[in-house]
Amino acid sequence: METNPTILGPVNRRAFLRGAISITGLGLAIVTTPWGLEVLLAKDVESKGFRPVAWFFIREDGRAVILVNKSEMGQGVYTALPTIVAEELEVDLGQVTVRTAPADNAFKDPGFGMQMTGGSTSIRHMYPVLRFAAAQARQMLVEVGAKKLGAEPSVCYAKHGRVFAKGKDHGLSYGELVKDAAKRPLPSNPRIKDPQEFHYIGKPLKRFDTACKVDGKAQFGLDVFLPGILYASIARPPAFGAKLEKLDETRAKTILGVRQVHVLESGVGILADSLDSAWKGRSVLGVQWGKGVQADLDDALVERIFREDLQKNGVEVKHAGNVPKALDGAAKRLEASYFLPYLAHATLEPMNCVAYVQKHKVDVWVPTQNQTMSQAAAAEVAGVSPDSVFIHTTFLGGGFGRRAEVDFVKEAVGLSKASGKPVKLVWTREEDIAYDFFRPGNAARVIGGLDTQGNLVAWSHRMAVPSISSRWNPNDLKDGIDSSAIEGVENTFYSIPNLFVEYVRVDMPIPVGYWRSVGHSHNAFVVESFMDEMAYLAGRDPLEFRLALLKDNPRARRVLEALGEKAKWHEPAKEGRTKGLALHFSFGSFVGEVAEVSVDKETGIVRVYDVWAVVDCGPYVNPDIIEAQIQGGILMGLSAALFERVRFGGGGVESKNFDTYRLLRMPEAPSIEVQILNTDEPQGGIGEPGVPPIAPAVANGVFRAAGARVRTLPMTPKGVKEALGKA
Amino acid sequence: MPKTKSTLIVNGKTYEVGVSPDVPLLWVIREHLKLTGTKFGCGIAQCGACTVHLEGKAVRSCSVPVGDAFGKRVTTIEGIPSDHPVKRAWVQRQVPQCGYCQPGQIMQAIAVLNENPKITREKVVQAMAGNLCRCGTYPRILEAIDVALATSVQE
Repeated sequence: METNPTILGPVNRRAFLRGAISITGLGLAIVTTPWGLEVLLAKDVESKGFRPVAWFFIREDGRAVILVNKSEMGQGVYTALPTIVAEELEVDLGQVTVRTAPADNAFKDPGFGMQMTGGSTSIRHMYPVLRFAAAQARQMLVEVGAKKLGAEPSVCYAKHGRVFAKGKDHGLSYGELVKDAAKRPLPSNPRIKDPQEFHYIGKPLKRFDTACKVDGKAQFGLDVFLPGILYASIARPPAFGAKLEKLDETRAKTILGVRQVHVLESGVGILADSLDSAWKGRSVLGVQWGKGVQADLDDALVERIFREDLQKNGVEVKHAGNVPKALDGAAKRLEASYFLPYLAHATLEPMNCVAYVQKHKVDVWVPTQNQTMSQAAAAEVAGVSPDSVFIHTTFLGGGFGRRAEVDFVKEAVGLSKASGKPVKLVWTREEDIAYDFFRPGNAARVIGGLDTQGNLVAWSHRMAVPSISSRWNPNDLKDGIDSSAIEGVENTFYSIPNLFVEYVRVDMPIPVGYWRSVGHSHNAFVVESFMDEMAYLAGRDPLEFRLALLKDNPRARRVLEALGEKAKWHEPAKEGRTKGLALHFSFGSFVGEVAEVSVDKETGIVRVYDVWAVVDCGPYVNPDIIEAQIQGGILMGLSAALFERVRFGGGGVESKNFDTYRLLRMPEAPSIEVQILNTDEPQGGIGEPGVPPIAPAVANGVFRAAGARVRTLPMTPKGVKEALGKA
Repeated sequence: MPKTKSTLIVNGKTYEVGVSPDVPLLWVIREHLKLTGTKFGCGIAQCGACTVHLEGKAVRSCSVPVGDAFGKRVTTIEGIPSDHPVKRAWVQRQVPQCGYCQPGQIMQAIAVLNENPKITREKVVQAMAGNLCRCGTYPRILEAIDVALATSVQE
């Protein structure tokens, strides 16, 4: 017998449009209505004015088919969301088929109003509604089963995809009951299981997608092929905003296999019979670009702009107490400035998209975090209504926020429309790095004050950060403040009686976007580094100093105390090493991390050996996936802390490939121990919160080791040696 | 071009490919043979996502001209049975997250272990340094290799 769930690819277009999935067996749909979320019988959805879709359904052969409206980019949603449904439905995992939901209004995330995966929200947004709907289905099946078994529903129960009456061995399978169950009204108040009864939720179940990923069978965007497909490459301007000035296709068209050349908004597309030909064609394309919008943009200018912007007064984000007065009266004061670079997402699977524009329909196969925007973008480019666009979401070879963008969808659809052929667009690594929407840089200046007892009494924080929302969601900019730039500072969980936060918006032509943990990825470095600086200024232990500021936050205290025990904070580190710690709250979860590091004073090389992490994300679904996500978040954050920095020059990006944009490799990866606290706190996210604390934890360890305060990331050997010189 | 020179032997199967010998082996494996488990990550042998075995040795197929592989034995992730100790260890330790780099990681690990079944952990780490994972599965890759080493010692 199958003991593992089956994972099939995206739902087939024809089957979906026929609504076939909703008319066999018992289907339940969760639809977003103008008056909120509503669970409906799938068969009723259409009559109520919605398209016929189901979120999960039980077929007459007893299999539970679960459609997942979230993208699987490694974070485990193809396991965790079906786990939730299987738990409440009382089906065995071997009876479950997991399918990717197509883009449709009915699959929009209730919290976003969009079908999108991001913000570490998949479990938080879907957990209550999936449990409720699955509990409804279970109750309907039990009611029908009771009738057929000739028993009272109160003595009947569901187990292993069957309905039993107490005291009788032979139950009825769900498959035998679905037809009648589908005729029943939805129960308005189903019994949700008590956590004590869980056999899947909270257990370290193995991921449902491991086998296909280990065998190389998982289909990513790059693995989609269609008959008669043309491969596309795009010649792009080297400088931001540079316009096409001259184009000569002659030589490119002499390359064997090159078929067509089309001018797009983002560059010049070459279509060929193979990817190799498309790339060769591009390399000899006669193309001349303008100078761009800021031809002198380079590393030095970027640094100068940040330094200058940091001298400006910002927009007031928060002012609690009276910071000028508190700083004036402080017994000790400290001022420090921090600088963080732009970062690339560098998903291992480069951006890509397959599109086929036909007369009345558009099909798009794409590894995307954003089905709704992909559909809208494809519709706009193809000149059809979004209803005519079918999005086939593949597995994502990493997302990290990059695949919330739809630039590559527009390009592939544009080229298919222009050629009338199915088109497969594959970006090179060089394009993927240079044409990213980068994690914005950050410059910050913090002034802190201590009273005579060494208590932190004042904190003035100015940050200069480019705005993501100004492109993504201008409505989100309240009084010119970009919440994604300032998050993690103004809402600090520490009790600081006098707190002033101001934001200077940095304007540069460098495109910026969401990068795993967004503003927290830079702000936590500043806050938690400076917190340590103030602890040393006060002559107090960094952990005790923080605890003293957490009297009003028992949740944060509990995490920090657990971390202290887990990492044996008060015991000395191994010889030649020191420990540094950091705590941060993001996406609804607290994560504290301790890093054990060493610094080679001759070379300036920082090594990280062990990391201990303590997580409070509230009630959780799969602890093994959480451990993996925290490990992954720590290593991505460590990669950024030690190595990553996008280089600029000539008005554009100079970093090209992994030889010039360095990522963390296995010899630099520490061993990581993760402890998850069992708490009843509100459910938090897990994909991102592991990232923010690691950079400050390492920097704080470096300070303890060598007395060198590293305030600029990445912590290059040169930067560390400079800091040592000042120490 | 003589026919014998355009013969590829992949996972024990012989293919005749009509392709220019300078095309990277990676694209022949993926686009012509549709063996898509081997991935493209960088094109310059910096990430290891395209790792396959050529005569049993791990190579970066993005940087091997297909002409260099004509007539030689190529093994891809699809040619490794699911019950291979390394694949089993990958499942047991739940290594993959997004999964994109994992075929390359597995092919590298198998080649490393085949070469030296008694390899030390330190040497394993160095031998895996050319394979990038952006999701951060390195700790579990190491654990899986430990499991595979222990299994092969027992077997």
